[in-house]
Amino acid sequence: MAPETKTDLSALAVEFRDVSLTYVARDRCTVALENVHLAVRPSEFVAIVGPSGCGKTTFLKLTSGLLRPSGGEVWVEGRPVRGPLKIVGMAFQNPTLLPWRTTLENVLLPLEIVQPHRQQYRRGRAAYRAKALELLRSVGLDGFADRHPWQLSGGMQQRASLCRALIHEPDILLLDEPFGALDAFTREELWLVLQRLAADRGCTVILVTHDLREAIFLADTVYVMSRRPGKLVAQWEVGFPRPRELADCFTEGFLELFQGIRSQIGEVREAL
Amino acid sequence: MTGRERFVNYGLPALTLLVLFLLWEGGVYAFKLPRFILPAPSVVAQSLWQWRNAIWSHALQTLYTTLAGFGVAVGFGLVLGWIVGFSPLVYKALYPVLIGFNSIPKVAIVPVLVIWFGIGTVPAVLTAFLISFFPIVVNVATGLATLEPELQDVLRSLGAGKLQIFRKVGLPRTLPYFFASMKVAVTLAFVGSVISETVASNRGVGYLMIAASSRFDVPLVFAGLLVIAALGVVLYAAFAVLEGRLTSWAYRR
Repeated sequence: MAPETKTDLSALAVEFRDVSLTYVARDRCTVALENVHLAVRPSEFVAIVGPSGCGKTTFLKLTSGLLRPSGGEVWVEGRPVRGPLKIVGMAFQNPTLLPWRTTLENVLLPLEIVQPHRQQYRRGRAAYRAKALELLRSVGLDGFADRHPWQLSGGMQQRASLCRALIHEPDILLLDEPFGALDAFTREELWLVLQRLAADRGCTVILVTHDLREAIFLADTVYVMSRRPGKLVAQWEVGFPRPRELADCFTEGFLELFQGIRSQIGEVREAL
Repeated sequence: MTGRERFVNYGLPALTLLVLFLLWEGGVYAFKLPRFILPAPSVVAQSLWQWRNAIWSHALQTLYTTLAGFGVAVGFGLVLGWIVGFSPLVYKALYPVLIGFNSIPKVAIVPVLVIWFGIGTVPAVLTAFLISFFPIVVNVATGLATLEPELQDVLRSLGAGKLQIFRKVGLPRTLPYFFASMKVAVTLAFVGSVISETVASNRGVGYLMIAASSRFDVPLVFAGLLVIAALGVVLYAAFAVLEGRLTSWAYRR
């Protein structure tokens, strides 16, 4: 179990201070998040699990600055979030690749937008391409750089989407159920890919998922979110050594933790 | 391209046309129709050859006015479509006006254009423009308005502004819609310029047909119709090729 280092708040990668969010649509108010407190250390791998529709995606959008909280404050790297952040990379449940771009061009997209790369893009084009190709190779997509997204399988598209989220070397990686639509085998394969990428880069990762096994396998800390209005109701430290292997999912410690969190999610569901 | 594909793409349409002409020819002889009611294709072809020089110069005039009007329509339609698709406010404000305008038969506008600009090239160009810009606006606006929010989120999360989102996502995304509308618009532009020529011009295929019909030279009228049809097909095909080159991703080729 990693020790808590809460003394220096500015050193936190992400911090939620009593954050609430209410959607107002026509005459109805929906409370998506209520009084969420959370602190994520740099290089920490955090997973948030909860039933679908509990506000997990809202949580990520708040972190990335796509949404503004209606109460409380979100801090990233010691500064309050006021708008979309370039130090953040995002991958969504749908790969959301642009169909008119090849895989390589899709991966290069952030560099055409995020400063300082945007200014250097024309001059450094060759270097950027090399970097993108290297990244594609590291996820096993070499040879598919010039294909269009629809020519790739779902798992390959999701790999490319991960590459796109990482190409501008963000400090924080936000993943919104990125493997949710994949079959079990592909999913497990991509867990290993993600674990390696996160370890290589030392970036902070926040993974939102409804797959508890995925959360425990990948994360240092697992948070359980309740159903709407979303609240973080529990925090579990996962102390297994890294790198983890798929076989670790069947060790006694893993299963014990799995059962513990699972029964707690059951209680959260019953409570409604 | 395989031999079979080549036949399907070029041979089959040609064969259809040939059969159609043969039926027409046969029908005219079978029912003994006089040539001032319905001339046989062979008679039309004769007329086409006999008047080839006049037809050629009038066809060039029609092609010129059509393309000029269509060109303006593309520029205008593209910009207006982007604006309408980009801003829901402009959409709400402008759409009823656009639909109302498009419902007006353009042949009713030609006399007004003649009062303003005189007869000849200008009203033909303007009529071609007025009749063909609407589908472009509607299609481009639809393309932008139906932009997936997820795609926008990808760019917004990188800190992209509205203009960048438009350039990187909106613009390429509207291209297939734009080309689809161009194919419709270019054939409409022919309708516009020929209408104007028949009402108010002394040049162009439209004028040629009106002049011929007033002399009961029905074969020449049909020759004019065939020329317009052929021009329409050629331009349509040109844009189809361009479309295939630029938006092959939309057809997953």
